[in-house]
Amino acid sequence: MRVAAVTLVAVAAVAVAGCGGGEDAPTEVVLLTHDSFAISKEVKVAFEKESGLTLRVLQGGDANETLNRALLTAGDPQGDVIFGIDDSVLSRALLEEYSSDGLEDVDPEYAGADDHVTPIDHGEVCLNVDRSWFADRGIDPPGTLEDLTQPRYRGLLVVENPATSSPGLSFLLATVDRFGEDGWEAYWQALRANGVLAVDGWEEAYTQEFSGAAGSPGKRPIVVSYATSPAAEVIFASKPLATATTAAVEDGCYRQVEYAGILRGAANEDGARALIDFMLSERFQAAVPGSMFVYPVRAGVALPEAFVEHAIIPENPLQLPADDIDENRDRWVARWTEIVVR
Amino acid sequence: MDRDRRALSVGGVATVAVPVAFLAAFFAWPLVAILERSLAGDGTVDLPHDVLTRRSTLEVAWFTLWQAVVSTALTLVAALPLAWALARFSFRGRSLVEALVLVPFVLPTVVVATAFLALLPDGVERTVWAILLAHVFFNVAIVVRIVGAFWAGLDPSLDDAAATLGASPYRRHRLVTAPLLAPAVAAAASIVFLFCFTSFGVIVVLGGIRYATLEVEIYNQAARLFDLRAAAALALLQLAAVAATVLVSGRLERRLGGARTRRGPAPRPTGRDRVRVGLAVGCSLALLALPPLALVVRSFRVADGYGLDHYASLLDETPALLVVPWHAILNSLLFAGAATAIALMVGVLAAVAVARGRRGLDALLMLPLGASAAMLGFGFLLAFDDPPLDLRSSVLIVPIAQALVAIPFVVRSLVPALRAVEARLGEAAAVLGASPWQVRREIDLPLLARPLAVAAGLAFAVALGEFGATVFIARADWPTVPVSIFRFLGRPGADNVGTAMALSVTLMILVTAVALASERSLVGRPPR
Repeated sequence: MRVAAVTLVAVAAVAVAGCGGGEDAPTEVVLLTHDSFAISKEVKVAFEKESGLTLRVLQGGDANETLNRALLTAGDPQGDVIFGIDDSVLSRALLEEYSSDGLEDVDPEYAGADDHVTPIDHGEVCLNVDRSWFADRGIDPPGTLEDLTQPRYRGLLVVENPATSSPGLSFLLATVDRFGEDGWEAYWQALRANGVLAVDGWEEAYTQEFSGAAGSPGKRPIVVSYATSPAAEVIFASKPLATATTAAVEDGCYRQVEYAGILRGAANEDGARALIDFMLSERFQAAVPGSMFVYPVRAGVALPEAFVEHAIIPENPLQLPADDIDENRDRWVARWTEIVVR
Repeated sequence: MDRDRRALSVGGVATVAVPVAFLAAFFAWPLVAILERSLAGDGTVDLPHDVLTRRSTLEVAWFTLWQAVVSTALTLVAALPLAWALARFSFRGRSLVEALVLVPFVLPTVVVATAFLALLPDGVERTVWAILLAHVFFNVAIVVRIVGAFWAGLDPSLDDAAATLGASPYRRHRLVTAPLLAPAVAAAASIVFLFCFTSFGVIVVLGGIRYATLEVEIYNQAARLFDLRAAAALALLQLAAVAATVLVSGRLERRLGGARTRRGPAPRPTGRDRVRVGLAVGCSLALLALPPLALVVRSFRVADGYGLDHYASLLDETPALLVVPWHAILNSLLFAGAATAIALMVGVLAAVAVARGRRGLDALLMLPLGASAAMLGFGFLLAFDDPPLDLRSSVLIVPIAQALVAIPFVVRSLVPALRAVEARLGEAAAVLGASPWQVRREIDLPLLARPLAVAAGLAFAVALGEFGATVFIARADWPTVPVSIFRFLGRPGADNVGTAMALSVTLMILVTAVALASERSLVGRPPR
């Protein structure tokens, strides 16, 4: 009995010595991000080979929910790098400063307010239309935001709830930017009078209500989605498509730039820098459209063919300063709810 | 006297201590951590009474309550005929039907909602009717399984005796069967009520944006608006309502007492019963099978007709996941297996304690069903951030969270049968001179095999289909099937939807197979 006990203690001591090991260099870097983040195996492996670190990804809901998760664990973060945030004061307060060498190759129009955030990609929330629906009826698809209030587009639009959906919020912000504090409410009253349908999230809007999505039971030919959605319809079509079945509307697009940053209190700060450098590298940036359906911020990165042919990069997208959004978002969303839902 | 002595033994202590320790570590601690963070100001507790008296809070609370009551009533109406047919008779395909009943229960809400939206006539979607119908669809399994297992154990000789004495079928049902069955019905109904009361996915997807339960509102406040104070207030309100439900249902069950048990095969239906059984099984299957069938059809639909393409794509790399999709199936089986093992270990001990009169434990174990998943998830992030329990990003956290949800099902499936066993046969055998072990092996285990199989099957199904907590804590390199389905549905393109459908069908097949297997292995082949 005593022998057994001694042996146990000895084994336990060896085990502790074996894995304790004091202050070893960290072997992994943890990325906290939203549900839409995606990376191919090749790109992940490339980073791991280059840095000697294992990349672990934690996903925490949409961008807003991920930020809130980081706010909850501020100072003792779940990961080393957070990706998918905006550059508001609120997010910057969570982050260490870092200025990557890769920023030299980034188009200056995407730069953040200061060194706490690093731009990685930009996505454009745009109206999408079902081309054949309009062609079959001989009606022109809407070309501007204002068109949507016309009687001939009555009952055709489906949007997402800005309280619960990130593209939904972007579209609301687009209308605030376009029509101003004095005009956006009237615009939404007109949309409501014209039969707009609001649903909870992008999935319901796009895959269940929008008639243009492949396999969708939907009946509405206009939806709030992304500039790249028509390209996605082509790439993921069950059989090769000659032309896209849907199209993005150039007017009224809203630009979201997605930033990354090093979380304060990160366990592996060196690894975090290496990961951000990698996210700005040619290799990662070139893979961004194919895996996440957004555009790279690095200048001169070639886009996949389907994107060149079927997706658009709007010339003058709408955009509001992140701090304006932080300050007013709750009020705008509450007002929107009163106008559209009640 | 004998019972008192047993309750004081080492085993007796363990039956209470283990479940309580599990609950304290993985439920109470994280919950206290998040509530403290939300409500504690500088040395004082900031009571959020203003949130509770807001008009919007009252509206949400009222909707939560009435839809849960109506959903529970409708579920009982839909499920009891099927429970009767499955419990009283043996017929061809019975175990298959029993297994199929579990299918809706494991399907992720997003998937079911897609099927419902495709099937429901225009004008019904995004109404309260869609919500009620979906709640019935999801919860029929709970009633059929829990009530059915108990009903099958009822001694039919009482019913026969009443018939011999000239009681009409209706009188027999009202005076003999119904009172005996009531504890099991109360046990099942209270779980259904709690599920509907804390409903989230169904409300969000099928109800659209006009309807919100407390759970939905807590999620909005915590995860989206980051108003932890309001979220904590609503979470406490919900927890109080759940605790009240558990107490009331516990009281109800206690008053209604145990029942006699029967062993031996169920008869084949004859005469008028043949028609009744056929009707009960047929109608229920029509309701339960239609949405899954719609999914099966969609999983085979490809560009020009039908084919296996979406199933083949389960073997291909995809930008939607960090792993090949079929790995998610392995992950799901692994997690659900581990969760079932944990749930059985904790649940069986707890059920024994509850059957011996520790009713408070039953109430305690029900509480996780009523805690907001979002708040509990936040609590996990706060509570488990230091070694040795740095579970925040460990894979272990997934089966633990799933077990937390599955344990009440294990307890509820076992307690009615255990109570009957404890009360009658054990005493009789002891009087005849059998040792406690002999009693366990010769009498309890065979009688408990069926409820145990039910418990294991339910726990596995709950763990397999769990989505709300899993999506919050699962690591991206260890996705489960429901999480993967969610990821695929979140991307445009026909192939992604198709893969999601193929995964959903795989999930349905898995749960059916496991439910069938667990029943066969523990009970043996059903008598012919």
